[in-house]
Formats: sequence, structure tokens, C-alpha cells
Amino acid sequence: MLEKSLKKTIENLQNNKISIRELNQEYIDKIKTKSELNIFIHFDEQKILDQVSELENDNSNKKLKGIPLAIKDLFCTKKMPTTAASKILENFNPTYESFVTQKLLDDGAIFVGKTNLDEFAMGSATDTSYFGNTINPLSKESEPLAPGGSSGGSAAAVAADLCLGATGTDTGGSIRQPASFCGVVGIKPTYGLCSRWGIAAFASSLDQAGVFTHNVEDAAILLESTAGFDKRDSTSANIKIPNYYDNLTDDLSGKTIGIPKEYSIDGTPEEVSKIWEDAIKVLEKKGAKIKNISLPHTKYALPTYYIIAPAEASSNLARYDGVKYGYRSDEISSLDEMYENTRGQGFGKEVKRRILIGTYVLSAGYYDAYYLKAQRVRKLIANDFNEAFKECDLIVTPTAPSAAFPLNQEQDDPIKMYLNDVFTVPASLAGLPGISIPFGKDKNDLPLGIQILGKHFDEQQVLNGALLLERSYE
Amino acid sequence: MNNLIKGEKHDWEMVIGLEVHAQVKSNSKLFSSSSTKFGSSPNSQVSLVDAAMPGMLPVINKYCVEQAVKSGVGLNAKINNYSVFDRKNYFYADLPQGYQISQYKYPIVGEGKVTIDFKDGTSKDIRIVRLHLEQDAGKSLHDQNPSKTYVDLNRSGVALMEIVSEPDIRTPDEAGLYISKIRSILMYLDTCDGNMQEGSLRADVNISVRKPGDEYGTRCEIKNLNSIKFIKQAINYEAKRQIEILESGGSIEQNTMLFNTSTGKTRPMRNKEEAHDYRYFPDPDLLPLEITEEEIENLKSSIPELPDELKNKFIETYKLSNYDASVLTAEKQTSDYFIESISSDPELKNHAKMVVNWITSELFSLLNKNNFELSNSPVSSKNLGELVKLISSNEISGKIAKDVLEDMFATGKTAREIVDEKGLKQVTDQGEIEKIINEVIEDNPKMVDQYLAGKDKLLGFFVGQAMKKTKGKANPKILNDILKQKLNKEN
Repeated sequence: MLEKSLKKTIENLQNNKISIRELNQEYIDKIKTKSELNIFIHFDEQKILDQVSELENDNSNKKLKGIPLAIKDLFCTKKMPTTAASKILENFNPTYESFVTQKLLDDGAIFVGKTNLDEFAMGSATDTSYFGNTINPLSKESEPLAPGGSSGGSAAAVAADLCLGATGTDTGGSIRQPASFCGVVGIKPTYGLCSRWGIAAFASSLDQAGVFTHNVEDAAILLESTAGFDKRDSTSANIKIPNYYDNLTDDLSGKTIGIPKEYSIDGTPEEVSKIWEDAIKVLEKKGAKIKNISLPHTKYALPTYYIIAPAEASSNLARYDGVKYGYRSDEISSLDEMYENTRGQGFGKEVKRRILIGTYVLSAGYYDAYYLKAQRVRKLIANDFNEAFKECDLIVTPTAPSAAFPLNQEQDDPIKMYLNDVFTVPASLAGLPGISIPFGKDKNDLPLGIQILGKHFDEQQVLNGALLLERSYE
Repeated sequence: MNNLIKGEKHDWEMVIGLEVHAQVKSNSKLFSSSSTKFGSSPNSQVSLVDAAMPGMLPVINKYCVEQAVKSGVGLNAKINNYSVFDRKNYFYADLPQGYQISQYKYPIVGEGKVTIDFKDGTSKDIRIVRLHLEQDAGKSLHDQNPSKTYVDLNRSGVALMEIVSEPDIRTPDEAGLYISKIRSILMYLDTCDGNMQEGSLRADVNISVRKPGDEYGTRCEIKNLNSIKFIKQAINYEAKRQIEILESGGSIEQNTMLFNTSTGKTRPMRNKEEAHDYRYFPDPDLLPLEITEEEIENLKSSIPELPDELKNKFIETYKLSNYDASVLTAEKQTSDYFIESISSDPELKNHAKMVVNWITSELFSLLNKNNFELSNSPVSSKNLGELVKLISSNEISGKIAKDVLEDMFATGKTAREIVDEKGLKQVTDQGEIEKIINEVIEDNPKMVDQYLAGKDKLLGFFVGQAMKKTKGKANPKILNDILKQKLNKEN
């Protein structure tokens, strides 16, 4: 009775083929059978049933009425606690609803729970969470795999079909990379398309909300629901949100696809190069023009990102000080000690590492050499894309340098972990929209993702390109 | 002018620069819609943004920006079309975000100047380096519980303008005049309420000393002074402290100092090594602030007459001295009061100096004595004008007018009412005065003899006696004239 499609499920609900209660009960039952994957930080059956009852008494026609969605636990929600996967917010209950989740609620969505993530979205494997690892649903029993990160819980929730869609946030690849690892669709829109209001901040100039779905059509529907101007976020874009779903087309004939040579990196597994080539062939066959392009500053993107993001994080996370809310250490004999013990005990290793890096690069005497220089390079990287998009409509690359890796594999080597973001970070620095869609498998039958990048606020073409690849792959 | 202070060994000159923190007059905070009302119960005016809840974002309050631009215009300063909000990072219990949003590299207002006026009629320009917008912190309350500190976030996020001067100030008096002038300008503009007691206007003072002609010495910064009296006291104490160190062969450590208002002394809070590294960087939650020339022009056109313009107008129109005019224009309510008084009768224009004196000395001393402000004076501006009119037209004498003013102050009646009720109208009838003088001469034959024998000073005695008989109502000039005439006749 269950369809792995948000679109079809909406139709089934409308045609009374299934009731909101039946639908959500089935998802509740499924979630319960998958608890060993540790996908949810917060799951409360009663809360789901309460939402169902509320909608049953609501006669209005809502776009997503009754659709079960999972919410990354970085979005503040009124009816469920919000932890950012950190001990420091372990018992935090917001009195407010984030812009994005409020829009989904307004459209009648049901939240099945809050999903696991890397602590404050800092990580690429959902293994820095205070609440433990999430296991990739595609793992074989012998070898548990990472779901990617930081939105690993949301990607896994969709992959395990525990919901029909999920929200994520992407700062340097935190939607696209886990989408690739879990074999689902994940879109990070243009910076500014979805308000950041009510999302615990990691790196303000990069953080952007987006969605995970089973397919591209669903992504179009869900993205439309979450996007929109919000005057409470000064970086929110005041533009008219297109009707992505209605405008979807897989006709890319006459469009030019840019293939950046800098994304051919030594050491990239052959399978990854292969699916990239396959994707290019498909696009060409379907009438798109393929053009080799150059994004010359690509190699500086990772170091630039790992200066700017920690710098902003070091300041954004200063508010978690034990004074107003959240965890406060018991061992306090002075104000300084309260800070030291609260933050020392409340934050995990990776968060502390990034706060230290960020504090260092902003310090007197180092600011010019690191932060200021990184900002300049960031402009160069953005400019690379501006130039490239004069010659092409979309850019196609692999999403990640590998398929899902085994859990715990790279935990102790931060640099290696950071390399996961090599294909996703440049577009984040430029604020561009990007999508990852499953396109092929590696030798272990694990999904690999293709990334499609578009011009600012050209989510439509990004979705169109993804639809074409999706249909060609099927 | 000699601005030097004598040390044991030689003369020293103070070099002073001020950072004035002026609270922007606005109903809501710089980045949130919370109220800014003073004196509300703790934590009753705190939004999610002010408390730095997760995911909360600042949104600039346009009105505060306009207030800053107006203030910049009032300081004769350059308004920057492009400015940036930065984060100033440090930890403190009453700083909920863990950073203060301020402006560092690109302030909203650039270089300007203000003029201060001295009693001797001279004046001096003090250059302004910049004015920038920033958030205020909350308040830590250490006196509510013996072992705990409480935090009140009502003030957290309130908009401040930090106005930084060049080190152009040379004496405590200049510092006082400077801050009074800034206060005056902001109050005319209605961009700050100027209330120093409530902390709406406070200052950090940077001070060093040097031998005249030398390079600047090492400076110390005295934090958070909230009255002109304390500013002067702190400067005097700190200069003396520095001179003593230098004259005994020591050197000044660049310290941040606190001023103890009860002992009148400064003490070090932290030294240069302990100084914070604030790790300023542009706030990624906010876009750069862009203001067009058109917006600046619109704001300029909405600006009222400022104290210096008004001062010049007073000098020209009423032939007042620079000092009188600057006293009148120091506060908007004073100049408003003066204008209303002098306009209450066309004749008064020719007696402007008299109007000034009756406001700034007689009325002010009554207000002071009774703890009143000009804004709630029982004597209205129009009534004061009428009083001066009675004096200038010889209806009452100046001496009687003082009593009348006190009556007006106590009863709220007009001068005319009091003069009529009490029959205080000056006696100008020559015949009547002559009659009284005759009586005085008759009653004091011995005195008359002595006067005629050459004791000219006794004239005063006769004037006094005659005044006594008229209860002070005789016109002094007429009285004098007739008296001299009569006495000389006796001869």
C-alpha cells in the first residue's frame, strides 16, 4: 500500500486510497523496526498520532496534508526538543518553530521525529553526534557503513523509507554527500532561498536548508514548500518562488552542460569517474551540449572553507555558555570556570576542534593571513563559477569522492574526513544551488551520486537536469 | 590661556580623548523589536534574539540607522554610504550572544567636529574621528544575593552610538564642555535623551600627560563614567597620578582603569597584556549597510536648528554675547524657553540681555533650589516675559521683581496678578515721591546736617529710608534725582 513517492502518496490520500492515520501508522511501525540504525534523536509515537488527529479535524486543503516527514535536529521545533546532536542542548525545548518547519506544518506535513546529525552539523559521517552514530540503511550486517553527514539521519530516514521526505542543512555538502551515500535525492538550494531563522547556526554565510526525497519530483514539491522570503533573516532572498513541480521537464536539448576539469582529482576511484562519464554521455545523447570548463581556484576551496566555516562557528557557538539555557556544568566556582566546564563537557571533540581553529584564524596577527585571505579566495572561487556560467547552464560533477565508507574508518583523521567535501564545498562557497541524485553503483553495489550545480536561484534547471538523469538511469 | 598643570619639577599638559556612548532614542532595540523602556522589571523586555536563542538572527532597525545618520550630520561629520556590522567576540554573563554586534572597520559616520565655547568668549574645535552603531550588553546584578550573580537582559541589544574624539582635549573643563556639547546636539536632534543618570550617555576617557611640545605620552583609559562631575574628577586624579609616576622617574603602563566614585580615585582594571583579543569579523548574519545620498539628504532636511546655528542667530538677532548665547542654546528646552519668552512681547527684543539674565540666573537658581527642571517650571516662558516687560517699562523695580518671581514660582500666578494684588506697582508719580522725601528730610535733621557737612555717602541712607516708606516701590531713578535736588536745596 505504501508508495516510495511523496507525489503518489498525496494522490492516494486525496483519492482516499489510504487515510492519514493508516499512512502514518505504517511509518510509525516501520520506524520502530529500524531503531537499531539510530536514525532519530527524538521519536515519540504519541506526538505523531496527535498530529494525525489534528489533521483529521482540519477540513482545509493543504498541499502536504498528512505526509510524514523527518526533520534534521538542527531545526528548532516547538513540539519536539532540539539538540543539534549536542550534549550542550540535550534538554532544550524551543518555544518557537523554525521558518522552514513552520512552512511545512502550514502545508499540513506531519513530523515523525528529529533526525540525527553530526554535532552542530560539523562532520561528514554523522559520527560526531552526542547521541551516537547513525548507520547507513544500505549497510550489510557484517560491515556497518556511515550514512555521510552532517544530515546523515535525514538521508538515512529517506533511504530506509521511514518518511516521504526530510529536511537537511548543507554548509559544505551536508545534504549532497549523505544523499549520495544513502542513494537518495538531496538538494541544497541557493544561499538565501530558505530562511535560516530557527536553524541552530554552524556557519552563517554558508548554512542553507534543503530537502531529501526518494525522487526528483518529490524534491521539487518539497523545496517549493520550504522556500520563501523571511524578513527575520537579513540574508533571505526576496524573490518569487517558482512552481518547481509544474515547471519540471526532462528536456535539456539545447542546454549546455559544463564539465570542470579540476574535478578530475588524482586518487578518485575508477567507479566514480565512470558514473561521471556515464552521466555526461546520457546528457549528450539527450540533446545537451557538453562543454569542458575550468574552475581554476577549485583546489583552494577546501582550505578556504575550513577557515571560514570554523571562524563563523567559533563565534556562532559562543552563545552556548551555560548562562541562559542548555547544559551547565555542576562544577562551578567562578564565571570562567562555568564557561570552561560547561563548554568543555558540553561540546564534543570535533566541535571543539573547529572552535579552536576558528578562534585561531580570527586572532589578532592571524586574521589577515587566514580569514581575510580566505574571504578573498572565496570571491575568486565565486567568480570562477560566474565566468563558467557565462558558457554553460549547468555544471555536472560527482557528488563525493567515494561511496559510503565503513563506520569509524576516518574518525581519527580529520583531514581525510574533510576531503569528503571536496566536490561539494566550492558551490557552497559560491552560494550556488546543487543537487545530488543516485546514478550508478560501486563495486560493492553501493550507490554513487552525481552532483548538478546551477546558477543562483536557478533551482528549476538543476531539478530539470536531475530529472533527466534520474529517468535515464531508471 | 594657560592649560598647564604644575608638577614638582615642571609643567605638564594633559592630552585627552573621549569615547562617548550615547543610547539611541528609539522605542525598539538595534536588532530586535523589544522595548527599550528604562526601569522595567528585569528580563521583561527580552526577545528570542536578545537572549541569543539558537537560530535567532539580528535584523537591523532602520530607525536607529536614521538616528545615527542624523547624529552624524549634527556632528558636522561625513556620512558613509557603506558601513559594515562586525562581531566583537568576548565572553561575559550579560553578553548573551558571546559577541557584541558593533562596527569596526567601516563605521556609519566618519570624521567630524564640534565647537566648544568658553566663558571668556573664545571657542575651540574638537575633532571627531567617527561615530558607529553597536549593541549594548545586559546587566549583571551582583548585589541581589551573597553567592549569586543575576543577569538582566532588558538592556541587551539596545542601540548605542559610540562617538570617538581625537585627542584634542587639554583640560577637564574642556572635557566637560565637550560632553555637554555632544549631549546638547543629540538632544536637539532628538537622537538621544541625554539622561546621564540613567546611563543614556556615558563616556570612556583616554588620558595621557606630556611636557608641552613633546610627543604624546602613554595613555590610560578610564571606563564608563556617567556624569560630567566624575569625568572631571577622574581626569584630575588620573593626570596627577601619571605626573607623579613620571616625575619620580617611572613610566606609565597602558592600563584600562576604573573610577571609584566614592573615593574619587582610579584603579587599574587590566593591563595591555590582559587586553581582550576581540577577534572582530564582519557579521555574516547581516548585510553591509548601504545608505544612498538621497536618503541622507532626506534626513538632513528633517533636522531641526542645531545649537551652533541657533547660537549665531541669537548673537545676530538679539546682540547677545557668544557666551550668553551658548548658555541659552546648551539645552533645547532653554533656547525654546528663551524664544517663547522674548516673543511674548515685541518690546522685549530690545531687552534681550535682561531676558537672558532673568532666565539663566534668577529662574535657574529658583529651579535648582527647589529641584525643578525647566521643563516643569511653575513659571511659564510667557509669564517670565511679562515679568521682564514690567521691569523694562519701569513698572516694577528689579529688586521687587525678584520677590515677584518667587511668588510666581510658588503660586503659578502671573507677574501682573501679583503686582496688582500686592500693590507693588512702582511709584513714578513725582509729587508722591517728593512728599515722601520731604518727610524723610524732616524726620532726620541730624543726618541732613552731616550730609551737608560733606558726608556724601549718607545719600544711601536717605534712599533707603524713602524706599522703606514706599515699600520698595519708588522708582529708584526718580527717587535719586529728587532727593539730590532737595538736599542740595537745603544747603
